[in-house]
Amino acid sequence: MQDIDIVDLKRISELIYQKYNYDFRNYAMSSFKRRVQRIIDLKKLTVDGLLKRLNDTPSFINEFLDELTVNVTEMFRDPSFWRVMREEIIPAILLNHKQFKIWHAGCSSGEEVLSMAILLKEMGILNSVQLYATDLDVNIMERAKMATYPIKNMELNEKNYIRFQGAGALSDYYKEENGMAVFNKDLLANVNFRKQDLVLGEPFNKFDLILCRNVMIYFNQTLQNEVLKKFHESLFKYGYLAIGSKESLIWCDYANRFIVVNNEEKIYKKIKD
Amino acid sequence: MSMFTLNNSYKAVVIGGSAGSFQGVVKILAQLPKGFPLPIIMALHRLKHVRHGFIEALSLKSVVPVVEPDDKEPIKKGGVYLAPANYHLSVELGNNFSLSTEEMMNNSRPAIDITLGSCAYVFKDKLIGILLSGANRDGAMGMKYIKDRGGLTIVQDPAECMIDTMPKAAMALTTIDHVLKVDQIVEFFKELDKHYR
Ligand SMILES: C[S@@+](CC[C@H](N)C(=O)[O-])C[C@H]1O[C@@H](n2cnc3c(N)ncnc32)[C@H](O)[C@@H]1O
Repeated sequence: MQDIDIVDLKRISELIYQKYNYDFRNYAMSSFKRRVQRIIDLKKLTVDGLLKRLNDTPSFINEFLDELTVNVTEMFRDPSFWRVMREEIIPAILLNHKQFKIWHAGCSSGEEVLSMAILLKEMGILNSVQLYATDLDVNIMERAKMATYPIKNMELNEKNYIRFQGAGALSDYYKEENGMAVFNKDLLANVNFRKQDLVLGEPFNKFDLILCRNVMIYFNQTLQNEVLKKFHESLFKYGYLAIGSKESLIWCDYANRFIVVNNEEKIYKKIKD
Repeated sequence: MSMFTLNNSYKAVVIGGSAGSFQGVVKILAQLPKGFPLPIIMALHRLKHVRHGFIEALSLKSVVPVVEPDDKEPIKKGGVYLAPANYHLSVELGNNFSLSTEEMMNNSRPAIDITLGSCAYVFKDKLIGILLSGANRDGAMGMKYIKDRGGLTIVQDPAECMIDTMPKAAMALTTIDHVLKVDQIVEFFKELDKHYR
């Protein structure tokens, strides 16, 4: 197999930037390379063929983005994280605000925001919270809005929910139809879905809690640093930021404006403007 | 006379293993020469949803404590690293790790092919790849990448493996420089270490 070299990767990200205004130039090389390789294999193209397709066929870009981004997600991923949300973080926010706002940055197919909605419903506060769910990939967000998942995914989701020690059974929240788990749409009544690019987009609101889990792992350190700045700006003072369980802020410039609230679950709190 | 022709140009060792590899890894880590200078990067198949316990078990007898790196953690000389549960582990050109939640590969996350492949890309001929016992074909492609980029390839002797599918798959796909029993791999590390003294 012919390995894609760095120069090819640069040509691809440069073209996408110039022509479509998406900036992958500071994505982590290893996963970006595998994603491009995957598209090349899937579409049976060469690097030059891919460049030509991107250049000549503007309608290809959404499909390209959908394949390029990694959308793998689960409901109640890392159940211990969700227990800390329920038992510590949300109660701490509630002490000061009866109504508040949460942002799911990089929501993918919606499992994370749906998990949050279920958690809030079980706490009896779903109607007091405004949820924002954003992603770069519009195709995957369409799936998030439907809140409908293959039944075969539910085994893992159920297992996570049980470890989270939810109030009932996950199946209380969905009906089975034609091999799909169709979730109760009321759960998403307070969710605003919008397309938002974390790299080129500007902060669009202020939040009490931001979840951005397993998104910045696809960025290099320069970009992580820039995006952290935007999260900092998008948080109220004493607001919380949650990143993935194997991510870290310590090598970012803005880290000193946050304190660690829970090191195991990677939950931080903004303490300085 | 040594059975290996070695030198001190290597920059990293990468190890893949699956079913039946745990004891071998424990033995290798327990007998690692003190101050062994290269990073050892491991992708071992493991339960996807058990975050804790594995590095603790591996570290019990290990000369160097085993670390599950965070995303973008720098790769230290002499560090021993293990791909965390439910993440693929790669290395970046800037000498740090990165993690990913991409689709499973060969039914696995972490996938050995991904770790081996990215190490081969970054370290080229300065890499040693070792593939141990296992029940599927994950790692065979990775060993081929390593060989194609000029690295050194070692598999655990199929005769000694609890399940020999993995090393055999690699042997069928690419040139393997050494087929060794775990005790010989331990000796290999000792030999290699001498070249850096
Ligand atoms: C692996 S999913 C994370 C899903 C969920 N947060 C979780 O932890 O399970 C990563 C998501 O980040 C999105 N993403 C990648 N780059 C982005 C960017 N520049 N702006 C916004 N979203 C982005 C991808 O489209 C993908 O849906």
